Amino acid sequence: MALVLTEEQTMLRDSARGLISDKAPVSHLRQLRDSQDAAGFSRDLWKAFAELGFSGLLVPEKFGGSGLGCVEAGVVMEEIGRTLMPSPFLSTAVLAASALSRGGSEAQKSAHLPKISDGSLLAAFAIDEGAKHRPLQIKLQAVRSGNGFRLNGAKAFVVDGHTAELLIVAARTGGAAGEREGLTLFLVDPRSKGIAIERTAMVDSHNAARIEFANAEVDADSVLGEVDQGAALLEGVLNIGRGAVASEMVGLSEEVFGRTVAYLKERKQFGKLIGEFQALQHRAAQLYIDIEITRAAVLKALQTLDRDFEHAESAVAVAKARAGSTATLAVQEGVQMHGGMGMTDQFDIGFFMKRARVCQELFGDTNYHADQLARMKSY
Amino acid sequence: MSGLEDFRRETRGWLEANCPPEMRRPMTSEGDTFWGGRNAKFSSEPQRVWFERMRDKGWTVPDWPREYGGGGLDAAEHKVLREEMAAMGARSPLSSFGIWMLGPALLKYGTEAQKKEHLPKIAAGLIRWCQGYSEPNAGSDLASLQTRADSDGDDYVINGQKIWTSYANYADWIFCLVRTDPAAKKHDGISFILFDMASKGVSTKPILLISGYSPFCETFFDNVRVPKSHVVGAVNRGWDVAKYLLQHERAMISGMGERGVGRPLGQVAADSVGADAQGRLEDSMLRSQISTFEIDEAALSAAAERAVDLAKAGQSHPAFSSAMKYYGTELNKRRHEILMSAGGADALEWESERSKGGARARAWLRTKANSIEGGTSEVMLGIVAKRILDLPGA
Ligand SMILES: Cc1cc2nc3c(=O)[nH]c(=O)nc-3n(C[C@H](O)[C@H](O)[C@H](O)COP(=O)(O)OP(=O)(O)OC[C@H]3O[C@@H](n4cnc5c(N)ncnc54)[C@H](O)[C@@H]3O)c2cc1C
Ligand SMILES: Cc1cc2nc3c(=O)[nH]c(=O)nc-3n(C[C@H](O)[C@H](O)[C@H](O)COP(=O)(O)OP(=O)(O)OC[C@H]3O[C@@H](n4cnc5c(N)ncnc54)[C@H](O)[C@@H]3O)c2cc1C
Repeated sequence: MALVLTEEQTMLRDSARGLISDKAPVSHLRQLRDSQDAAGFSRDLWKAFAELGFSGLLVPEKFGGSGLGCVEAGVVMEEIGRTLMPSPFLSTAVLAASALSRGGSEAQKSAHLPKISDGSLLAAFAIDEGAKHRPLQIKLQAVRSGNGFRLNGAKAFVVDGHTAELLIVAARTGGAAGEREGLTLFLVDPRSKGIAIERTAMVDSHNAARIEFANAEVDADSVLGEVDQGAALLEGVLNIGRGAVASEMVGLSEEVFGRTVAYLKERKQFGKLIGEFQALQHRAAQLYIDIEITRAAVLKALQTLDRDFEHAESAVAVAKARAGSTATLAVQEGVQMHGGMGMTDQFDIGFFMKRARVCQELFGDTNYHADQLARMKSY
Repeated sequence: MSGLEDFRRETRGWLEANCPPEMRRPMTSEGDTFWGGRNAKFSSEPQRVWFERMRDKGWTVPDWPREYGGGGLDAAEHKVLREEMAAMGARSPLSSFGIWMLGPALLKYGTEAQKKEHLPKIAAGLIRWCQGYSEPNAGSDLASLQTRADSDGDDYVINGQKIWTSYANYADWIFCLVRTDPAAKKHDGISFILFDMASKGVSTKPILLISGYSPFCETFFDNVRVPKSHVVGAVNRGWDVAKYLLQHERAMISGMGERGVGRPLGQVAADSVGADAQGRLEDSMLRSQISTFEIDEAALSAAAERAVDLAKAGQSHPAFSSAMKYYGTELNKRRHEILMSAGGADALEWESERSKGGARARAWLRTKANSIEGGTSEVMLGIVAKRILDLPGA
């Protein structure tokens, strides 16, 4: 398969770009931040997203979606990265839709997927507990009780956790922290008794929450996939999420880079355009090359997820690790080359720097994935 | 699409049946590369067999037209062949500057007579070529070259000196940049010309490298007579040909690192630095260097694949090979730094049989030239800044 977008994928990109650049430029995020918006995203825009079919992108046609793949999800994420539009797309349309379609029973799918498709259900994927992404270290306990389970523990960094109407929670039903055995995913109603949600305002003005579970009851039907055997499903969904976030970082990096190169051609110092200084030219060229190479690695990972899901692990680790380091470089160079202007809040570039830091942490940073790759290769 | 799958199946079958097992192992020394030429010698029987079978199929140059000794494969088929060869670790049957550099330039700029004369001999490994570009005072600033070609009837008479001419002492012919109009602006008075290294007045003097090998020479021209019909492209437009050729050279160099072949770096390192109970390298910093390297290597492979696909789709930038050349060569240097670090003191032995005559250290030193030959890293970044990013004054 050629490592370029197909014609259909290019059309999808153009339509996503059209909507996002028109309705949600960076000023949209700025406005949500400044007004301390309660949702942190625009529900009207999410409706428009749903109408264009984006919310059901990964939902099988049978359940009202378009049954497309990770490449298409990545195409949309990349456009989101260009303007940093806050949107439930990642939490709901990518993570929750994937978890349900890959792990759900017919009843679970019928109950939730059509609503994800039509934009009427918001969901969140609750995995991390500590400061760093360590999915196998999950400690949140799910103990059998009556006809179901009782959950005790806490989740952090739950993207869109405060607006979700459905939580997908990874918990431990057996085994010890660090083990693959004993992980189980649950579908949880956030309004259940014993659940406390704290919205955490983050550096990037995007949405996240801490969620506490104190004897929260769920019934047996809420198990997603198999009890104790949730690791494979969890890792599969995480890999899709990593590919999506890597795409967002590609879009973000490219946008910062474009703005920076434009500034090099417009700002004058010492009687010259600063783009004439070789010290900046070479760094700009290095960054360009870095972004191009990362773009290829990310597309490779997305294609592998679509074609050979079981063997996509290393391609995804490569993509997420590269996207993280490329985005970090892009935003640093972006701010630096804008001089004092780059440090001002009034200027957009800082938003990209903040978002890049969050994307780097999300589902494992560069170090995490480099370590994973070494483990996969046994050294 | 199914046609392509058939092609893949047939190709795999043919390779399985025809590639000798010895030719599926990673190359370990200079002698493992077959360069062809009038005085070519095979270093082993499997090398000869493999070369001849591939030559007969036209697969020394799979994507050249059949009429010039090529395999006539289209881009998609060529990609399949490369993938299948890589999958079994099959060596390249013939390496040559003719294939990598001159051939593509002749296909674009050569006359029909020039193509008929030279391409089949390149494909069949009969003539070995060298590249006469650099001069003592014209390196990165190649267009300031001074070797001159003076018109004399139907001939040019060439005088001057080239330097860093790889394998000039083994080459049969040279493609050479000469100044045909000293009065014109520096880019406008250059011609691209071909001649036999056995011509009267050509001499070479090998230069010893830090690796202890001597793969290149100073090359002197003293009243060398060359027919005017040997100019490729228009007289005084040689810079166009030269630049086009460099794009191919750079693409070739960027892919030169021995990607994905041989024992994985992690294992090579484990041999000498040891591993802990979980199998993790004892040297945790080296471990992270290796994994970061492997991430970048995998990403570069994807980028190389994408570059080909973009070219096929007519969406590639002609200067992109400079970007790939920069990254590929810097990465290859990193690989060899890691190998040296992994090898520790063992990798420092220079002559012993144990070290195969200092093979690892010599290879490490050789890679330092990667970011110089074919245009330096700084020159590559300058090209990207100017031609792709369109930055001012670059
Ligand atoms: C937090 C903060 C506090 C400050 N406090 C003060 C203060 O108290 N008093 C005060 O007077 N100023 C202050 N400054 C201003 C500061 O000194 C300038 O921002 C700085 O000198 C850079 O100038 P500039 O912002 O105009 O960037 P520019 O000069 O426009 O630079 C833009 C980019 O071009 C690069 N560049 C420029 N020229 C060259 C060249 N010749 N070669 C290579 N690259 C080049 C720069 O390195 C930079 O990356 C402050 C700035 C900040 C961010
Ligand atoms: C192993 C090897 C094989 C070679 N084979 C051949 C061959 O077969 N045929 C052939 O013709 N040539 C060959 N070369 C020569 C090669 O192309 C030149 O060495 C190369 O172009 C650099 O030229 P130079 O050595 O004169 O360095 P210089 O141009 O003198 O460069 C010295 C340093 O200055 C930097 N520099 C120069 N200009 C700039 C600039 N504008 N901006 C920033 N930095 C700059 C360079 O990057 C470099 O770091 C070979 C070289 C090597 C090492």
